[in-house]
Amino acid sequence: MSAEQGQRQIRCLVAKVGLDGHDRGAHVIARALRDAGFEVIYSGLHRSPDEVVQAAVQEDVDVLGISILSGAHNTLVPKIMDGLEEYGARDDTMVIVGGIIPDDDTEFLREEGVAEIFGPGASMDEMIDYIRANAPERR
Amino acid sequence: MSDGASEGTGDDSDPDSDATATAADDLDPLIADLLDGKHRALARTITKIENRSPGYRDLVSQLHAHTGEADVVGITGSPGAGKSTLVDKLAKTFRDDGLTVGVIAIDPASPFTGGAVLGDRIRMASNVGDMDVFFRSMSARGTLGGLSTATTDAVKALDAFGKDKIIIETVGAGQNEVDIVRTADTVAVLVPPGSGDDVQMLKAGILEIADLFVVNKADLDGADRTVRELREMLELRDGEVQTGGHHGFEEMTVDVGDDGSAPADSDGVSDESTDGAAREAVEPWDPPIVETVANKGEGVDDFVAALDDHRRYLVESGRIESKARTRYAEEIRTLLREDARELLANEIEARGGLDERVEAVFRRETDPYTVAEEILEPLVDCAADRRN
Repeated sequence: MSAEQGQRQIRCLVAKVGLDGHDRGAHVIARALRDAGFEVIYSGLHRSPDEVVQAAVQEDVDVLGISILSGAHNTLVPKIMDGLEEYGARDDTMVIVGGIIPDDDTEFLREEGVAEIFGPGASMDEMIDYIRANAPERR
Repeated sequence: MSDGASEGTGDDSDPDSDATATAADDLDPLIADLLDGKHRALARTITKIENRSPGYRDLVSQLHAHTGEADVVGITGSPGAGKSTLVDKLAKTFRDDGLTVGVIAIDPASPFTGGAVLGDRIRMASNVGDMDVFFRSMSARGTLGGLSTATTDAVKALDAFGKDKIIIETVGAGQNEVDIVRTADTVAVLVPPGSGDDVQMLKAGILEIADLFVVNKADLDGADRTVRELREMLELRDGEVQTGGHHGFEEMTVDVGDDGSAPADSDGVSDESTDGAAREAVEPWDPPIVETVANKGEGVDDFVAALDDHRRYLVESGRIESKARTRYAEEIRTLLREDARELLANEIEARGGLDERVEAVFRRETDPYTVAEEILEPLVDCAADRRN
């Protein structure tokens, strides 16, 4: 009975951006987050950065998880961050990235405002614990 | 941090918003931003409503004065009937007519973890990137009855924001959902073809609240038969209703409560009879059956026309106002029930909880009725004193 009144629930958007048809991972993560008691909105495949921003702003999610396996993260992620900024959502949306991100790029993404990067081998529990510990506390 | 959403004020300040801003001096900054057209503020307000964050009631009461303009459409039906796809096409049609749209899509939550995957957004393919369609997913979290309050309040937020059309989409299974769509001016029930059993279900539940039926996936086998079955069912119902008069049957089951406080109903219905004279002139509403193929966009114009017809009927018959009155009465009762429940919970707490009393009941030293009366008595006395 975790759903009593007056309770805050962590909302996550799991987003697939760009020309990347691999959504098995995103599905598995969406499910794991759901089972962890979060509310999960799944974007569907092939979303543009604008669409992801629109969804993140309207759904007022605590966590935006972007799954990218296409290698275009250095282009797509900054666009999303700028979009969030435009709607004043950047500071209180925690952005995490999952997928195939070369080590060389992680520094850049962090500078862009990405909170954490989960590559292959990251465990679900690790990710869930991270979200629980770090989801922006807002009122 | 005082208010998360005030961070969202830095951007796109509207030149003609000054009037609103000055008039809104004593408003909560979040509400001022919402009225100012800031998406982030609207999103955050709905979050607070959903979370029942401290102070959300003040927010909603500030919203109320700015509501009443939007046309609210409720869409319900069994899972897989094509609600989300139809909502997408509907929103697109509204947008093509230059109207702004708000959508609240409600999905079930796990009763065990409280978690949910809210998937309706995926179907909103026709409106991606269009910020004038504000789409919000909500999970059916929380206690029974709480969801309909949250939905009503979220609709208010969208209404006050200035949306012309608001669509509520929910799975039509159970009393809770019926209560939710009841907050709409017009309720459309989707029925997929070949759903004989579903129609049986509708007969018992949702039939009464449908202002129109949509047989979606009308290109599938069995669509004609479903239309025919629905029509027969409606005729049957009309036959039954003759004895009780045309009107009021929609409101017969007004009670949204989870505690079955039946007496409250009669008041809600009495609003109905007061404007009977105005209604005489207008033909009673006969729920039409519209056939659509939502994923191809077929029949969507017919659907919109049927919605418009119903809207016109509501306005011309004066039902739109009586409906609103019934709704507000119900809203007040629901809030009171919630408050009363909390008041009682506090009272029980203050008197040291129920455990000892339960023990006493168990030992046959007292009984549940007596215990309830004991706990309630001071409150009743208090209320009686104040009344005089």
